[in-house]
Amino acid sequence: MADRSPAPDTPELRERWGAFEFTESYRAKADQAIARYPEGRQRSAVMPLLDLAQRQVGEETDTQGWLPLPVIEYVADYLDLPVIRVLEVASFYFMYNMKPVGKYHVQVCGTTPCMLRGSDGLFETCKKRGMKKGHVSDDGLWTLTEVECMGNCATAPMVQINDDNYEDLTPERFDEILDELAAGKQPKTGTQIEGKRTSEPEGGPTTLKEMVDVNHDYRGDWK
Amino acid sequence: MPKVTVDGQEIEVPEGATVLQACELAGKEIPRFCYHERLSIAGNCRMCLVEVKPGPPKPQASCALPATEGQEIRTDSQMVKTAREGVMEFLLINHPLDCPICDQGGECDLQDQSVAYGRGATRYEENKRAVTEKYMGPLIKTVMTRCIHCTRCVRFSEEIAGVDEIGAVGRGEDMQITTYLEQAAEHELSANVIDLCPVGALTSRPYAFEARPWELKKTLSIDVSDAVGANIRLDSRGREVMRALPRVNDAVNEEWLSDKGRYMVDGLSKRRLDKVFMRKKGGLKPSTWDEAFKAIAKAKPGKSIAAIAGDMVDCETMFAAKALLKACGSDLIEGRQTGMDYDVSNLAAVNFNSTFEGLEQAKAILIVGSHIRWEAPLVNVRIRKAVKRGAKVYVVGPHWDTTYPAEFLGEDLGVLNSLSDEVANVFKDADRSAVIVGGGALKGAHGKALALASEWGADFNVLHFSAARMGGLMLGFAQKGGMADIVAAKPKVVISLGADELDFEPFADALKVYIGHHGDKGAHAADIILPAASYAEKDGTYVNTEGRVQFAEKAVFAPGDAREDWTILRALADALKVEVGFDSFAQLQSAMIAEVPALGEEGLADYGALPAADVNAKAEGTMSAYPIKDFYLTNPIARASAVMQRCSAELLHGGELAEAAE
Repeated sequence: MADRSPAPDTPELRERWGAFEFTESYRAKADQAIARYPEGRQRSAVMPLLDLAQRQVGEETDTQGWLPLPVIEYVADYLDLPVIRVLEVASFYFMYNMKPVGKYHVQVCGTTPCMLRGSDGLFETCKKRGMKKGHVSDDGLWTLTEVECMGNCATAPMVQINDDNYEDLTPERFDEILDELAAGKQPKTGTQIEGKRTSEPEGGPTTLKEMVDVNHDYRGDWK
Repeated sequence: MPKVTVDGQEIEVPEGATVLQACELAGKEIPRFCYHERLSIAGNCRMCLVEVKPGPPKPQASCALPATEGQEIRTDSQMVKTAREGVMEFLLINHPLDCPICDQGGECDLQDQSVAYGRGATRYEENKRAVTEKYMGPLIKTVMTRCIHCTRCVRFSEEIAGVDEIGAVGRGEDMQITTYLEQAAEHELSANVIDLCPVGALTSRPYAFEARPWELKKTLSIDVSDAVGANIRLDSRGREVMRALPRVNDAVNEEWLSDKGRYMVDGLSKRRLDKVFMRKKGGLKPSTWDEAFKAIAKAKPGKSIAAIAGDMVDCETMFAAKALLKACGSDLIEGRQTGMDYDVSNLAAVNFNSTFEGLEQAKAILIVGSHIRWEAPLVNVRIRKAVKRGAKVYVVGPHWDTTYPAEFLGEDLGVLNSLSDEVANVFKDADRSAVIVGGGALKGAHGKALALASEWGADFNVLHFSAARMGGLMLGFAQKGGMADIVAAKPKVVISLGADELDFEPFADALKVYIGHHGDKGAHAADIILPAASYAEKDGTYVNTEGRVQFAEKAVFAPGDAREDWTILRALADALKVEVGFDSFAQLQSAMIAEVPALGEEGLADYGALPAADVNAKAEGTMSAYPIKDFYLTNPIARASAVMQRCSAELLHGGELAEAAE
């Protein structure tokens, strides 16, 4: 499992992030998130706020973003929560990065369905490009993480890079995607098979075919 | 009330009881780690599994399952036995087998329960998880590899102490209990997590590797570090008190104890007065009892003798001194060392009348001039409970960190004369409310607070700080004008019964005899020092601030030549050639009870009704500071304690030290 301990509390870290504050647009989003909860329950907004803070850190550092301790303290202060309660949440969910990451956080699923459909090849692709699990690549572009099931087993193997999923991958197609990202382009997200829509079977439906066009009542067919 | 069947025995359980409580009512033992009566239910250790019908065909965690009508609960089936064995095996997967070097050994829940409910041997062959130790301050020693993630400590600091500092970081196997950035746990009840920890993850740092529980003699005693009178157990080995632990008493301390009450015991063996000393040529020189008594007799005090009681003396000592003075023809007795002179004609007016338990029911609380967290941490716990039930708290006095939402009305006590309608209405509308007056505000605000309480129908409470106060007042240790009256009487001999906080300056011409146990301020000022016993070294009766009479037992013998206080006073009577009327502790006690019958009965003393309040009373004066400057160093035992000194330096003055170093 990934190391979830926060980045060390050094003077450099304090100097870099001690003055962190939400920008105007992020503050608006944060206040909107807080407003979703009833009076007196504003603390429930801790998760969206941590996410927003991570995104802002990402924008400032041109990476996916992470949560330095002073930023966690800022969020705690914003919600009037004890810091330890915020740290508990931040260290619990893998979507919060506790250490700096690269511009693209490549999260390759290695759980059984993806593995059976060839995730090993995807890791190989990453390795060839110099990525190492849990490390930021030298050019600052990539951080590779092996993750557990992301719920896209029907379109395995899959990779999540920052906010987008790339599914039905082959090592070659994955390589292309990474090339496109490195070149600053936005690759096609979702399934990578031409003509396939979302997670439907390749070559069209194989079962419940009558349901494709109308809401067919199958009950008469039951024997 | 639902009826349930536990192992074939039908019982009725209270509404809202859990299955675990139902099983306990039926007399069944349910093993548990995370469940604790005074904390919220976590349900994460899974040790309390039982079989419940109707319900899913699998064992269920009884601590989190409400008991409902017609449940059939089995705690003795094969399924339950196997389930417990399984859970225990999982818990032990990562728990080190270091019982021989673990301080919890012998009083460890995990140890006991693995013997009772576990399998004989382990089947686990992989490496165990190891967790780095976390710094949690000078009182708590951590060996986090032993932690089984019951989260009792997290829940205690959040729910009872009200200081959110301990948390569970990470998840799954990587979950670790820690304070934020390993800062010390900084509150007055921090060490209670040591008692709560069911394993040896959080153990006592000052007591580390000192003793095994089975070597210790356990004595029931009363904490004298404040006026709460927490029930404690003194664990001693030989002549040394090794540790103090809280006892369960729902009316007083529930099962908590302040850090000072718990850790000042190492001061019992430091800076002790173990010889008679006399001032000769300006310096204190060792002497003998005979010489000292002769010197006192030579002073020929006659009627001109005064006794001043310290903050930690028991009623028997005070009564013995009173009897001695009475025999001499004097009634110059006083216990309020710092010169307070409030009216004591009606003790109900200086008592904590709502009782600690009753305080929880209050819907509105006005605190006048009391830093409750420092003056009585365990009362603060009760107020926090009341606030959780919806009580509103207002404080008059300088700001301090409350552990609950509270509104500060200012340092000027005069604010009581013109409280806003908003505040007054909160009290008028509450079916039960309380006014608490601290020692620091008794002079300026007692009358007004009493008037407010009677106007609102609120309980009137005075929160004393000294363990001897209520007992002293019951025995008449109060002059009309306080210490000023004693000074004005110009006594030839002044007996200080462990009194360290008073100003000895006005008694420059008097022969000052100090009967006490620690070489502190009182001893420095004394002409003759007679070494006496501390609270751990004598039987004694104490009365807490709510008027609860409690009896403490002798745990160890006093060091060196030190004697129990009453024997010194008895011998002094012989030296002064007067009759005090007792020759044994039993006689002394019965004489005391004959004079003040309430001291003979454990429990709340009855002080009668409150006096009629003076509606025209006005509060005046400003509180710029509270009487307690340093929570950890309020009495001679604590000041002698290395642990308390370290707590004070690190927890209260840590910031200052760091600044000075820069």
